[in-house]
Amino acid sequence: MLYAAVAARSFRRFSTYRTATLAGIFTNSVFGVIYSYAYLALWHQRPDAGGYDATDAVTYVWIGQALLMTVALWGGGTTDDLAERIRTGDVAIDLYRPVGLIGWYLAGDLGRAAYHVLTRGVVPTVLGLLLFQIALPADAAAALGFVVSLVLAVVTSFAIRFLVACSAFWLLDQTGVRMLSGVLAIFMSGMTLPLVIFPEPLRSIALALPWASYLQTPADIWLGQRTGFGILTGLAVQALWIGVLLALCQVVLDAATRKVVVQGG
Amino acid sequence: MAETSTRLAGVRQAPREYVWIARMWVRSSLAYPTSFWILTVSSALITLLDFVGLALMFHTVPALGGFSLQEIALLYGASGIGIGVADLVIGSVEQIGAYVRTGGLDSMLTRPVPLLVQVCADRFAIRRLGRISQAVVVFVYGAWWVDWTPAKVGLAVLMLVSACLIFFSLFVTFSCIQFWTLDSTEFANAFTYGGNTMTQYPMTIFPREVLKGLTFLLPIAFVNWYPCLYLLDRPDPFGMPSWFAVLSPLVAVLTVAVAGLAWRTGVRHYTSTGS
Repeated sequence: MLYAAVAARSFRRFSTYRTATLAGIFTNSVFGVIYSYAYLALWHQRPDAGGYDATDAVTYVWIGQALLMTVALWGGGTTDDLAERIRTGDVAIDLYRPVGLIGWYLAGDLGRAAYHVLTRGVVPTVLGLLLFQIALPADAAAALGFVVSLVLAVVTSFAIRFLVACSAFWLLDQTGVRMLSGVLAIFMSGMTLPLVIFPEPLRSIALALPWASYLQTPADIWLGQRTGFGILTGLAVQALWIGVLLALCQVVLDAATRKVVVQGG
Repeated sequence: MAETSTRLAGVRQAPREYVWIARMWVRSSLAYPTSFWILTVSSALITLLDFVGLALMFHTVPALGGFSLQEIALLYGASGIGIGVADLVIGSVEQIGAYVRTGGLDSMLTRPVPLLVQVCADRFAIRRLGRISQAVVVFVYGAWWVDWTPAKVGLAVLMLVSACLIFFSLFVTFSCIQFWTLDSTEFANAFTYGGNTMTQYPMTIFPREVLKGLTFLLPIAFVNWYPCLYLLDRPDPFGMPSWFAVLSPLVAVLTVAVAGLAWRTGVRHYTSTGS
């Protein structure tokens, strides 16, 4: 109940930046158009690259633009607040609260993601439909699978961003690690190029890492590249990584609270 | 008369003032050394992985839009150097909305240094050199395959200078929108980084209308496309006149004029938030 309240307030907090949202949607759409043409040029020559056809490839582009902010690929979200509070020392107050630190910030981040998917997710998808006739999920299983996979994607990304924010306990400033992590996420999630057309062995490695959760897995469910049992295994791998990463968050947090003197106090 | 000469003196001093402020920010960024070095490496890595993405595309196909990887490297490098230098020198202008919102612009207006110099030099990030050096490497790789003549060398130099100026103007012009709508930083990104991404690809992958728009409306095609066609001895695939190759400097001057106008209008429109 408490977590729902945190999420709801986070949703409202992010919804106050209306012009920023509009500007972001515009930018996502411009990049969507650019990448669509780039991919079309590629799939025009190799109509079956990575097991995708041209429509799949363009659909993948627009799913990517829709998820860019929702999954917070570049970083950002409530973990930025945490890092700032570690830097200023205010995190001491968070640690006093009778609520788990991870759960508190995760709830807030899910609220943020909900807002971003409704605005910066839905609008580019509709634009993609109008401009490039992208494919929609073929059946209810694909649609449902996509939604579940998207939630898991946000939680995976949150766990990694939480770890990045925790680096501030030792470095005081997270910006360097945050940027590096964002760079890795953009490439390893398949945002630069779908992981399925990476050459082996890079392809298999990338598909096994947690970043594949961000975009490749949800997109493959949407596109019907994963069906039936394939959807379930995809979701299971995502859930597995979440388990590992959240456990790691707890370990790091414990180490930080034990060893680090909080700034200012 | 006296007013003109003081203004001229002000313009002459601007670069030195810029360097002072920039040096201060370099010192301050070194206060968190770990962060600084990670940032420098990541800044090079962003564009490097971007290019790796392009190269991986060529693992699947031999040419993109009829252009080879070497030819695309030339386009990519020229555009990357252009936006890299512009971003290093004046990239901070993106944050203008934040200064308006926090009232920081008020204190800047009272200081005896031109406002644009202060805004651009603020948070000067030397780490952006990481990105430029990566673009230079890609450009050199692309240039390796060009049949160089003195005319081509001259045009290449003009192209790089013009590319910097055009991106400079895009940064300033579209950041000025923030004088009216405060939190629209990302809107400018569509033109600056979007323009950069577009010019990484040969224009042949886009429909004719897009090329026309990028030639006559938002002249991003002059950043690298037209000069590179000459460097690569290629006839214009869209049938545009071949003398477009030498137009880049003129286009650069025009965009700088537009940027100057946008900046003046923006600053005149500015009213303090009063905080």
